[in-house]
Amino acid sequence: MQDRIKYWKGIEELENTPEFAKHAHNEFPEFLPVGEGSGQETSGSGKTHRRDFLKLLGFSVAAVSLASCEAPVRKAIPYLNKPVDVEPGTANWYASTYYLNGDYNSILVKTREARPIKIEPNPTSALTPIGTSARAQAAVLSVYDNNRLRTPLLKGKEATWEQVDKEIASRLGSVSGKVAIVSSTVISPSTKQLINEFGSRFGNFEHVVYDATSSSALLSANNGVVPGYDFSKANIIVSINADFLGTWLAPVIFSKQYITNRKLSADKKDMSRHYQFETIMSLTGANADIRVPIKPSQEHAVVSALYSAITGGGAAGSVEGIDSKALANAVKDLKANSGKALVVSGSNDPSVQAMVAAINNSLGANGSTIDAATPYFVKQGNDAQMIRLINEMNNGSVGAVFFYNANPAYDHPLADKIASGLKKVGLKVTFAERLDETAALADIVAPDHNFLESWNDYEPKKGYISLAQPVLSPIFTTRQMQDSLLTWSGNSTSYYEYIRNNWRKVLTGDFNKAWEQAVHDGVLQNGSSMLAVSNTFTPATIGASNVKAAAGAIEAVLYEKVAIGSGVEANNPWLQEMADPISKATWGNYVAMPRKMAEEMKLEQGTVVKVTLANNSVIELPVLVQPGQAQGTVGIAMGYGRTTDSMPVAKGLGANAFPIATVANNSISYTSPVKIEKTNATSEIAQMQTHHTIMDRLVVQENTLAKYKENPKDVTEYIRIATHEGPAKPATISLWDDYEYKNHHWGMVIDLNSCIGCGACTISCQAENNIPVVGKAEVLMRREMHWMRIDRYYSAVEHEAKDYETMEDPAENPSVIFQPMLCQHCNHAPCETVCPVAATMHSSEGINQMAYNRCVGTRYCANNCPYKVRRFNWFAYSNNDKFDYTMNNDLAKFVLNPDVTVRGRGVMEKCSFCVQRVQLGKLEAKRENRRPKDGEIVTACAQSCPTEAIVFGDMLDKESRISKVLAHEKGERAFHVLEELNVQPNVTYLTKIRNLA
Amino acid sequence: MMATISCILKTTHKIFLAFLLTLAVTFGTQAQDSEQAEIATKGVEPGSTEGAETGSADPAIIDAGAALFKNNCAVCHSAGSDVIVGPGLKGVTKARSESWLISWIKNSQALIQSGDEHAVAIYNEYNKQAMPSFAFSDDEIKSILAYVDAQANVAAATPTTVAGPEGATPGENVGTDAIGAVGGYLDIILVVLIVVLIVLVVTLLLISSLLKNYLNKNRELAEDDREIVNQRFDFSKIYKSKAVRTLVLLIFVVVLLDLSLDKVMGIGIQQGYAPKQPIAFSHKLHAGEHQIDCNYCHSTVYESKSASIPSANICMNCHSQIKKESPEIQKIYKAIERNKPIEWVRIHNLPDLSYFNHSQHTQVGGVECQTCHGPIEEMDVVYQYSPLTMGWCIDCHRETPLNTQGNAYYDNLVKLHESSSKGAFTVASNGGTECSKCHY
Repeated sequence: MQDRIKYWKGIEELENTPEFAKHAHNEFPEFLPVGEGSGQETSGSGKTHRRDFLKLLGFSVAAVSLASCEAPVRKAIPYLNKPVDVEPGTANWYASTYYLNGDYNSILVKTREARPIKIEPNPTSALTPIGTSARAQAAVLSVYDNNRLRTPLLKGKEATWEQVDKEIASRLGSVSGKVAIVSSTVISPSTKQLINEFGSRFGNFEHVVYDATSSSALLSANNGVVPGYDFSKANIIVSINADFLGTWLAPVIFSKQYITNRKLSADKKDMSRHYQFETIMSLTGANADIRVPIKPSQEHAVVSALYSAITGGGAAGSVEGIDSKALANAVKDLKANSGKALVVSGSNDPSVQAMVAAINNSLGANGSTIDAATPYFVKQGNDAQMIRLINEMNNGSVGAVFFYNANPAYDHPLADKIASGLKKVGLKVTFAERLDETAALADIVAPDHNFLESWNDYEPKKGYISLAQPVLSPIFTTRQMQDSLLTWSGNSTSYYEYIRNNWRKVLTGDFNKAWEQAVHDGVLQNGSSMLAVSNTFTPATIGASNVKAAAGAIEAVLYEKVAIGSGVEANNPWLQEMADPISKATWGNYVAMPRKMAEEMKLEQGTVVKVTLANNSVIELPVLVQPGQAQGTVGIAMGYGRTTDSMPVAKGLGANAFPIATVANNSISYTSPVKIEKTNATSEIAQMQTHHTIMDRLVVQENTLAKYKENPKDVTEYIRIATHEGPAKPATISLWDDYEYKNHHWGMVIDLNSCIGCGACTISCQAENNIPVVGKAEVLMRREMHWMRIDRYYSAVEHEAKDYETMEDPAENPSVIFQPMLCQHCNHAPCETVCPVAATMHSSEGINQMAYNRCVGTRYCANNCPYKVRRFNWFAYSNNDKFDYTMNNDLAKFVLNPDVTVRGRGVMEKCSFCVQRVQLGKLEAKRENRRPKDGEIVTACAQSCPTEAIVFGDMLDKESRISKVLAHEKGERAFHVLEELNVQPNVTYLTKIRNLA
Repeated sequence: MMATISCILKTTHKIFLAFLLTLAVTFGTQAQDSEQAEIATKGVEPGSTEGAETGSADPAIIDAGAALFKNNCAVCHSAGSDVIVGPGLKGVTKARSESWLISWIKNSQALIQSGDEHAVAIYNEYNKQAMPSFAFSDDEIKSILAYVDAQANVAAATPTTVAGPEGATPGENVGTDAIGAVGGYLDIILVVLIVVLIVLVVTLLLISSLLKNYLNKNRELAEDDREIVNQRFDFSKIYKSKAVRTLVLLIFVVVLLDLSLDKVMGIGIQQGYAPKQPIAFSHKLHAGEHQIDCNYCHSTVYESKSASIPSANICMNCHSQIKKESPEIQKIYKAIERNKPIEWVRIHNLPDLSYFNHSQHTQVGGVECQTCHGPIEEMDVVYQYSPLTMGWCIDCHRETPLNTQGNAYYDNLVKLHESSSKGAFTVASNGGTECSKCHY
């Protein structure tokens, strides 16, 4: 057995700071702000006085006895005319599509009594059949956002649609100058056609497309489309600053492809090797086998070195400050796997992208790892076009501008010029769903429906079309953007009819039947294509880098967070409270800084620094020491620093980092030099990383592919207990009687090799189980309520060849491993034995049950849980103005799952193995006089995982997937966390395997 | 002298005994009340529609016909001679030929179009309201007709049972009447007993005063004895007696505890709750007299968690034709006109923390509606029949055998159970009393 790898969750654990040590021993902070806000704290003691206590007591007794006099009269209100397909108490599912900034998911929407409550992947889709992104999971909450506009606005005042239509008609009739529609990427064929039709009546019309995170350079190097990457066919993947598993282009599609060639099974003992050269520690970098930190200014040089070595045929040149061995290995591997290799770059430097295209060409990627016939359309933004329009607006040559899914006054580097230019535009219309930064500058706001209220079609990849259908009637007096355009073009057909007519081109056979089928399936994958994408780009050429390294300056990178993205959904409390996969930070952005820089500048985690950006604006943000961040660089996330009142959840969080992006040569660069100065202020970052720590026990296991191939039985460490008869399995020495399972025995297998740490499962769990959002202050108090968390451990690369000189400091470039952690449903559960009121006990199907109404809140169970997965309701999180997130207004409450209790104050809760789904699945089977089929009953986390890392099923069913996996992996990769405690969990993990060079 | 005193003491003692007796008797009657209730419950055998042996037709065919009839025909037709929407079907097989009936049921309009004399006549008689077409096979129609015949025979064989619930014969109340009689008898005994006791007390008092007078006048008594004889009964002694005080306090505490426990345990239990509904809908009329299947209005009871309160359009299936002028039914019309749904008062309120699924019980478990909802077909105003407490749920889960017949889900479980246990395979023995079966 190899040397034990040292795992740590954060710098504080590595250094074992006093704060960390204190928290590790005290899972629950006891401080309760009782009396806060009641005006009592002026006394200073914070204690309740005897008289107050008696008053309260008297009042409560009186209130209770009064309340018990008469039960409230409750109403049961049936439909007047019940829709045929709605049955109260049963769920309906509708196929639809979620698309935002490249994140494409074909989805199924679960509705109860005609309101959406959950989003799941659409298994019919060829692109995203097995899971969604965290953002897609959270999208169901956005439809119930109380801060969406309720009516159209005319010059800032509420108006009717008739008034708006009249105003638009008269203003458009007399428009002079250019008419432009500014949008983010449109992948809807019908919308695109409609926009062009709308524009055809104007002499001078342009549809300008830009993306908050631009891929212009990539598009310019590839004829205006995203190459048809297929990561599943690549044995060697080299990525330079492309976070393709987290945020780059279409992460859910790529995750599925990527993991296809990373999974190990009975008949597949090989996996791809993944090199990542990157500045910030991204989700993709965390999953790479070999990760090399580079500065943004070195990016061009690294790609050049690869380019000359691959296309020139020579050996890999060396780049100053870069681990030359890793680069040489990458070149060697790429060459050896010609035709099975793929190089991707997230750079927005046309020269870099031109070289990457040439490298892929030279590697024979076309036709194998890149399918030229089926490119992606998920990004179409053209920086040059947008910059030209901004100049035209400032020249005064633009007569009218419409903004659709675009908020450039916030998310464009030239936001200031847009604000000044808009003053010179005669008619400014936006279709924004809320009064965002751009809408505040517009004359008319014609609020668009939420996507769950709309008809639409999508083509994210050539030949793969999908549909979106409304799953609830519009909540507010909004109108779909396309219907507005149709009205303003004088076209009386509805957009629904418009799409139908459009689809006649691609549907064969009886149209009505084919259309019904397409709406039912949500996708059409017969190879026909509808979206017309014209190449508006100047072809990229190989030249000098557009990133200038200023000597000695700190290079800052503007990056996208997995949860928040470019900030469109920043008002979604689920996404705000989702832990960042790497930093585990919530509620705000920060300056991610390498440890060395922090030490040199005498900064500590949470110290606020002044960052002077390229345009001389200054932002203040706390420092987060980020292991793996390239030396001499910092990373700051976009999407924060909102000041608009229409985003109360995001308002006041972090700072706006978009000014880091700079414009040069008609293209946007997401990096620029910054100055950083220390201030005396501190601002704590609400991180979840070291909450519920596992105290240096062996919890995650990993090994190398070489070792796995040599002997798969030797990759996992099994702890044995010493007895007088020699070492014994912990399970064989037991004080407990075993349970007998006759009917079902539910279990879960989590493959650490497949888990990429994206966090979709955590949000899926939150949506399914009515888990409250607690807010930044409570996360700081370590009282987050997530039933499922993803533990992210860093480890120094000790088990690798020791000659990596740069890896002396374990925090400089650590390996990362993710471990989803949830209730392990132990067969010998320690929590069950200590509950004084038997509120938690074992079921005859292996589930560790939790009866909330029996719990009295002693928290003994949580103290006795070795996995730290139990959560305590410190407050009432529903109907409480102090937690104004998801359960405090009637609208947001619509998202609650009616089959799951909303927990009250003072009770313990935890993962239930989605027992409501188990029960429903069994009931469905019983109603059809049969046993449940494998795969029919799945937990929310397993269903939403885009890499199928989680398998849930009945371990008594010999034919189930879980039984087969367990049978195969037993003694090889399967292990129980903390097996030595003999708690016998029903959750099994599979050892992670790294394909090291 | 001692005798007199003890006599007086005995009197008080007896009064106390009488008090206790009275208490015991009243409690006793209460207990009988609850027994009565129990007998009443057991008396209602849910869904017992066993008929007498009827005709020559195969019972299986009649059963199939009964199911078809209830689900398709009963909304408009009775098997007797009542007119609901269409005519009562009693004797229809004698009045018309089987082939005529089959073609009529399959497509009545076609028959009318063809100018069939009987068809046109009946069409006109019922205000030209068309009977919908049914895609039954010939055998299915025959089974329905067999059922109609069978019903007619049942009616002929036992005419009294056909009478509505109002016409219930006195004999049916034998059990309760008997208990009522016993109760009256006890009352009389009690009254007599009290009278006897009062007479006894008065007599004793008289005797004691007589004796006292006699002693005072006619005998020379020692000072001590005189004192004892003339001693008045000192009530303050009883008042001051520790034993009495303790006893009274104890009784008081026990009664108070019992009462308050009763009340506290009853908080939130709404058994018997019968609120006034916005429309005076009568289940007795619909489910009882017209025998409309529960599933016809509560259409999701076999499919969903909720049995669902019928939407107004279901009412309109019949009431667009029937009793249109009734002020109660006018309320439905108004609701539809104003586009405002009817706000019924919810009677069965399970707390949010417990999950209940109708289809689990009705379709899978085969439980009759009346098991939990009581004699709903006799309720003019619906009331909550069951307490809906957890104890009530659990009791049923412990006692009820699982409905495993013909359900492949249970096949292996039944075998396993039979090999390991002799008891019945109840809901509880399949994990039906575990927390997460209802609480999640």
